[in-house]
Amino acid sequence: MIENRPALTVLSHAVLILGVLAVAFPLYVTFVASTLRLEEIMSVPMPLIPGDQFLANYSQVLAAGGTTGSKAPVSTMLFNSTVMALAIAIGKITISIIASFAIVYFRFPFRNFFFWMIFVTLMLPVEVRIIPTFKVVSDLGMLNTYAGLTVPLIASATATFLFRQFFMTVPDELAEAARVDGAGPMRFFWDVLLPLSKTSIAALFVIQFIYGWNQYLWPLLITSEESMYTAVIGISRMLVGGDAANEWNLIMATAILAMLPPALVVILMQRWFVKGLVETEK
Amino acid sequence: MEKRVVFRSAWLPYALLAPQIAVTIVFFFWPAAQAVWFSFQLQDAFGLRTEFVGLENFKALFADPHYLASFRTTAVFSALVAFWGIAISLLFATMADRVLRGALAYKTLLIWPYAVAPAVAGVLWAFLFAPSIGIVTYVLKRWGIDWNWIIQGDQAMLLIVIASVWKQISYNFLFFLAGLQSIPKSLIEAAAIDGAGPMRRFWTVVFPLLSPTTFFLLVVNIVYAFFDTFGVIDATTQGGPAQATQILVYKVYYDGVKAADLGGSSAQSVILMAIVIALTAVQFRFVEKRVQYS
Repeated sequence: MIENRPALTVLSHAVLILGVLAVAFPLYVTFVASTLRLEEIMSVPMPLIPGDQFLANYSQVLAAGGTTGSKAPVSTMLFNSTVMALAIAIGKITISIIASFAIVYFRFPFRNFFFWMIFVTLMLPVEVRIIPTFKVVSDLGMLNTYAGLTVPLIASATATFLFRQFFMTVPDELAEAARVDGAGPMRFFWDVLLPLSKTSIAALFVIQFIYGWNQYLWPLLITSEESMYTAVIGISRMLVGGDAANEWNLIMATAILAMLPPALVVILMQRWFVKGLVETEK
Repeated sequence: MEKRVVFRSAWLPYALLAPQIAVTIVFFFWPAAQAVWFSFQLQDAFGLRTEFVGLENFKALFADPHYLASFRTTAVFSALVAFWGIAISLLFATMADRVLRGALAYKTLLIWPYAVAPAVAGVLWAFLFAPSIGIVTYVLKRWGIDWNWIIQGDQAMLLIVIASVWKQISYNFLFFLAGLQSIPKSLIEAAAIDGAGPMRRFWTVVFPLLSPTTFFLLVVNIVYAFFDTFGVIDATTQGGPAQATQILVYKVYYDGVKAADLGGSSAQSVILMAIVIALTAVQFRFVEKRVQYS
């Protein structure tokens, strides 16, 4: 604190409290709507105090989904989202950490060429190559499969960069000592490098889990069977028409369920989340 | 920078790189090359015959008023998202950097929207602003504002800007907070001793020192508005009404998937790739600069 200005401190708190409330307002209304009957939402203005349909709405969507539009149970969608988020996070971390290990700890022909190949993928987000990528996945028979949902998304330039950056800071003496002791490269990787990388892995895991959970365009393209919908896709499939035709209470219950896992990951793993966010963007 | 100590093996490094490179080739390079190839071709309506047409698809695109309008829509949309996202989060971060009490609580309560999927963010705001039942619509109508984003293009644009900014504030906030905390307190103290008040100190000392962060966030936010907001748009306006919110990415998707115009959609993909490459180049030049300064 540079100087004591009580008025300014009060103003800061006021702005922050207003900000927190404004940011939380949509979430609150969503939660309230998820505990009401549909008729209560339709009677404008809807009440802003939670109703008594919490159990009814949530058990309805978890067990059976909506009654119009998509009828897939949300529990299946949550399972699919979990599989997708975990497979993408773990897949990205695994193939990136071994790729950076190769690039940092070995000298071999075309090393820089491979590094640039990985780097260039930064410039090819899925949004710019929608149709050809869809064709490749369809030719490989991976539509409506978990492999199709995850494998095309697990190449990661940012994760490879992050691990490369981190390996550069690992003292050379460690590798030297390992070599003197007769440990091969993989032994060194497992016993020395991997334990040292724990925080980087945790940080990346948080970021990539959220990335995988929140994917939209990709699952939208390659899942046509309801049993393969992810939670985020499920919500947009429950929107069937004009705003009065939707089962808003059920959609909002699904929205809360779809937000909960990634929000918990962010809040409970806040330290790693911030570290991961700042480092992956370097 | 290179490692002094390295391991030797004729095959191991290739085996370690193989999974990453395989995924990269099959799902990145091959499709990207195909997009370029398709962009020079014209398919007949049944997809039976394709013909090499050179730059015809590109010529057709730039003669298409809808495509040019989509460029303008994208520019307006990304400028609004980047400006408001940065301005609001800079305000919050500056305030959060000042307060001592409850700083962690404020931070936690401001960062959680990062976890919300863009499509879900869109649904949340579409519900609040729903023309017949939305709670915000109700308040606006009481104030005499006729709100219906399903018919009015400007309001549809406003809706997707609000949803996109709301989701992005948490990200910008964290970067600004980190930037503010790395500014040496002695600089601000010196300005205070010279008699500069809080506003003056912010604009003459703090804001210039934050400019690398601001510039970085500007690029990131533009990339976000260009690509990651697809979910917001598809879950709410779907590009409508009358293409008022059809940004470039949405048009690629719409023309390619819904309208099955392979050549035209691929040509748009190629143009988008060029835009991403330019944005990435800008970002990297900036990163190099920052390394030199530190």
